[in-house]
Amino acid sequence: MIIHSIFFFIFSFIAIVSAVMVTASKNTVHSVFFLILDFVSISCLFIMIGAEFLGMMMLIVYVGAVAVLFLFVVMMLNVTQQKNEWFASSSSSSHIPMGLLISIIIFFEIIVVIAGWKYKTEVVNSFPLGINLDVTNTHSIGYVLYTDYIHVFQISGMILLTAMIGAIVLTFRQRTGIKRQSYLKQISRERNESIELKEVESKKGVKIDV
Amino acid sequence: MIEYFNILFGEVYKILFLLIPVLTAVAMIVWLDRRVWAFVQKRKGPNVVGPFGLFQSLADALKYMFKEIIIPASSNKIIFILAPIVTMTLALVAWAVIPFGENFVISDINVGILYIFAVSSLGVYGIIMGGWASNSKYPFLGSIRSAAQMVSYEVSIGIIVINVLLCVGSLNLTDIVLAQKEIWFIIPLFPMFVIFFISALAETNRPPFDLPEAEAELVAGYQTEYSGMMYAMFWLGEYANILLMCAMGSILFLGGWLTPLNFFPFDQIPSPVWFILKILFLFLLFALVKAIVPRYRYDQLMKLGWKIFLPFSLVWLVITASYLFYFDLLPVGKQ
Repeated sequence: MIIHSIFFFIFSFIAIVSAVMVTASKNTVHSVFFLILDFVSISCLFIMIGAEFLGMMMLIVYVGAVAVLFLFVVMMLNVTQQKNEWFASSSSSSHIPMGLLISIIIFFEIIVVIAGWKYKTEVVNSFPLGINLDVTNTHSIGYVLYTDYIHVFQISGMILLTAMIGAIVLTFRQRTGIKRQSYLKQISRERNESIELKEVESKKGVKIDV
Repeated sequence: MIEYFNILFGEVYKILFLLIPVLTAVAMIVWLDRRVWAFVQKRKGPNVVGPFGLFQSLADALKYMFKEIIIPASSNKIIFILAPIVTMTLALVAWAVIPFGENFVISDINVGILYIFAVSSLGVYGIIMGGWASNSKYPFLGSIRSAAQMVSYEVSIGIIVINVLLCVGSLNLTDIVLAQKEIWFIIPLFPMFVIFFISALAETNRPPFDLPEAEAELVAGYQTEYSGMMYAMFWLGEYANILLMCAMGSILFLGGWLTPLNFFPFDQIPSPVWFILKILFLFLLFALVKAIVPRYRYDQLMKLGWKIFLPFSLVWLVITASYLFYFDLLPVGKQ
């Protein structure tokens, strides 16, 4: 158990420090790297409490896909322009009151949740799920997700699909005048519609109409 | 406390017992790759150092070790140094869950296939970090290409993995292999094997999808600014990743360590030998593809990933699920 708690403290320390560094580091790309470190250490914590499926999903979805897109966007920004900005500089200090307000609200929400979890157990665990230790937690998540919560699950899938289509519609632009390869067009070309034999008369040449 | 140390040393011993053969295999496989490539083009390839040139990779490693590591002045030094380390570590870390035989694995975890998938999807960070930290145009372009390519092909690999999982009913790699005792998944899921193979080529940045380092356009892509041992680490990580993809392919489709000839002289051969032979077979295919096929254009690569592989594997997923459901073959709670 000692080793277990030592590892717990190592991972949670890394998670907290990197979460602070996300906001405090000067370079935006460094912030994203700290965010990735944060995700990784949180997935380690998930694995330590036995939620290996959630931990792996955290790695695949957040670190493997979402954070890559974050990095993409941030790397495209002009980094040299922002190099000398510290989060307490004059230009960004105007955001501090608003940020403080939001963080105070979040802090109280967390306090309410933790206090409720500690003292009013029956309110928080209103839907106790019988955890069956015989099956792996991938199986048990599957059983719950595809039986009791199938409609919620499907609706969240539909919301994601709508968001995806919306993003495509917003960014898609049909540009004219660009050269695009179409396999179907290339394959379906016939000889007689692309080649024409012309008799060239002397000193007159051929007029080619394009 | 003493027993913790006993466990720790036991694990370290096991890890060394796995890592040293893997690293040696990576060195040998670089030689094999160059040799196959040369034979296809009617050249001789590396044949001077040692018998058949077998020690060529060792000689190269020695050469890299004594070369100077140049760190560009305008680079982001910490990330620049971290990038090859990340690539190498991630390529080696995934081997922890690969089973070489029944109960012949370092860590037999329940979500083994997800672990491999997660680690191979993290592999993109080594390339992005290297490309960005070099602070130079070609590496940056190479790394952006590579990131987009790897993220797109992961999607189809994920769906192919789900296809296999539907037939197994477990995420454990040992269970996946044991489920193929009757018939290897390459036979019922042959189209998925083909797509997996091509996606694995793209995922490991092998030709014909080696656009991140396309030497004709991008010098060497994200590796341009690297030199000495750091370059060698990128190189080793890349080949360890290729071996890992071959191992994944042989576990998912070729029956892992199971013997193909289940009668007397052949069933005495130990299971790791079969597994290694299958990995080698897949690697030979990788090497042949490198020698035979010309490089794809970038838009063709994206089109292949998103417009052909993704819909096809999704349709195949629906077909597999419907077939298993209709004939009541779903492996529910089989374990």
